[in-house]
Amino acid sequence: MSVLVNGDTKILCQGFTGTAGLFHSKNSVAYGTQLVAGVTPGKGGQVIDGVPVYDTVREAKEASGATVSMIYVPAAFTADAICEAIDAELDLAVTITEGIPVADMAFVKDFMKGSDTLLLGPNCPGVITPVTDTTGCKIGIMPAYIHKPGRVGIVSRSGTLTYEAVWQVTSNGMGQSTCIGIGGDPIKGLDFIECLKLFQDDPDTDGIIMIGEIGGTAEEEACEFISEYVRKPVVGFIAGATAPPGKRMGHAGAIISGGKGTAADKKSAMSKAGVHVCDTPSVLGETMKKALG
Amino acid sequence: MNIHEYQAKQLLAKFGVPVGKGIPCTTADEVHKAFDTLGEPLAVVKAQIHAGGRGKAGGVKLVRSADEARSVAEELIGKTLVTHQTGPDGRVVKQLYVEAGCDIERELYLAVVMDRSAQAPVVIAAAEGGVDIEELADSRPEAIAHHRVHPVKGLQAFQGRAIAKHLGLRGAQAKAGAKLVASLVKAFMALDCSLAEINPMIVTKGGEVKALDAKMSFDSNALFRHPEVMEFRDLNEEDPKEIEAKKFDLSYIALDGNIGCMVNGAGLAMATMDVIQLKGGSPANFLDVGGGANREQVTNAFKILLSDKNVKGLLVNIFGGIMKCDTIAEGVIAAAKETGLSLPLVVRLEGTNVELGRKLLDEAGLNLQTAVSLDEAAEKIVKAIA
Repeated sequence: MSVLVNGDTKILCQGFTGTAGLFHSKNSVAYGTQLVAGVTPGKGGQVIDGVPVYDTVREAKEASGATVSMIYVPAAFTADAICEAIDAELDLAVTITEGIPVADMAFVKDFMKGSDTLLLGPNCPGVITPVTDTTGCKIGIMPAYIHKPGRVGIVSRSGTLTYEAVWQVTSNGMGQSTCIGIGGDPIKGLDFIECLKLFQDDPDTDGIIMIGEIGGTAEEEACEFISEYVRKPVVGFIAGATAPPGKRMGHAGAIISGGKGTAADKKSAMSKAGVHVCDTPSVLGETMKKALG
Repeated sequence: MNIHEYQAKQLLAKFGVPVGKGIPCTTADEVHKAFDTLGEPLAVVKAQIHAGGRGKAGGVKLVRSADEARSVAEELIGKTLVTHQTGPDGRVVKQLYVEAGCDIERELYLAVVMDRSAQAPVVIAAAEGGVDIEELADSRPEAIAHHRVHPVKGLQAFQGRAIAKHLGLRGAQAKAGAKLVASLVKAFMALDCSLAEINPMIVTKGGEVKALDAKMSFDSNALFRHPEVMEFRDLNEEDPKEIEAKKFDLSYIALDGNIGCMVNGAGLAMATMDVIQLKGGSPANFLDVGGGANREQVTNAFKILLSDKNVKGLLVNIFGGIMKCDTIAEGVIAAAKETGLSLPLVVRLEGTNVELGRKLLDEAGLNLQTAVSLDEAAEKIVKAIA
């Protein structure tokens, strides 16, 4: 078992015929992901690498039975692509694209009201559920080979730092149920709380690694949720303890402003919630191993 | 991206925000002439730098004659202003704004920010201006009104009235205040701002409501659709190393320490800085070469790191996913040779083809150390520069 996606999930790719779309779609397929359709407006009717291309998401969904979209559409047009996925009533839209204007995401969140479609991202590595040692469902840009099937759930705001955690879990002889990169933007889809709930409710996840970073209060809110709801061990790390206030650390969301969103605040909220807080990401794997006994 | 006060006022005026008459200048002669052109008995000469707190730092002066304006200008141009927002190095003044003076009856605070918890713009208003709003938020949070703006439909009329009332405006002034708020929100949304702040907004003795100062910051992801804003970019206000980094699609932020870091991914880059400090060192920068860093980017990143003369050692931490470790290793070796690197260098690689990558580094004949974990890498570089 797993959360959000599994080996049976059928996906389509929006922005399929672009450079990023084609490159990462190929990697997803190589990992055994069931990529059943591509969508690029104006390119419907083509078949690329055995994948049929459609003009609209709704056509692609009806023809292929896809329930999840993986979005690589360029930033200027991404909001429109997400809205199209929502309108087609997909279960999940995974948005990898980075650099989307914040106002566009505010618009998307308003457009989503009343919809059952879940949004992951934008500006995230995506989601992956390993099924065997070499295959699974990979929706995103993460390197597949570091993942192994197992019982640790990972949720993170960061990309490469997630890989670091995955690699340590794998190196320590454990594996992952599902790894979710929620992305580094200030306005986004799924946040820590939704993912923590999914992992707590998943009978095949035994422990959760949560990786946050400076900026905003999502980690603090997640910690309140952990105290109330999560009974599985949680291992945590917050990046940006040394970041100066007012400087944006790469991610649009990673900025300390008005004295809020510091790593110290977030770590103390984690400790209070009973999270095993790591001061360095180097010990995430061994800490989880100990926590699982 | 930030812009200057006079630029923000030009933009805001287009959206109907009342601002005073003013003339931007770069020389003392221009300032002298500007005073006469304004033709008012009183004018204000204001240093144009991308930082608040100019008044307290001596960057804003009242003048009563063209000659006085000139002598103030001579003093200010080229002067380094240090305010609570500039950092200890301060900013060199290169432009001045000469504005008609006015009699102030009351000072107010008004701003619009993109708020992540509201997932929309939020108007912040307080009936006391010229203050540090963060201090006020701490000491008397009830003095500050917050109104969420609908991200699609914008500010509603009732919100404008409520904000004007909170600001203590009555009658015609309340109408003018509500109109100013609506104009500010319109500008904020039309131009993809992340912040539009009027501090202070004033009521003059004559009963006018207007913006005395203005600060605007823009969402850099949205600048592609605002060429009129891009024209206001002032490279003098940016760190030259940060400008250079942007050219190569690198995300770089200068810090005060002496260990140069090159990392792929923003989260891992922050974590690397953190671990360096945990091990007793001090990072000289944040540098994210991106998830798919290539050889050319690695070389350019090296050059940028080495252009910081405080740097005494380098730490490279790359988690090779899409990009293989042997390719990264080749890039590091080429960059070290090309730049004639003489400083201590620690390289930590993990990911695809890591064994091959480490082997290449070991056999390159360079004065570098490799490390397996991030902790080990940080310990080695801290020791190497001690």
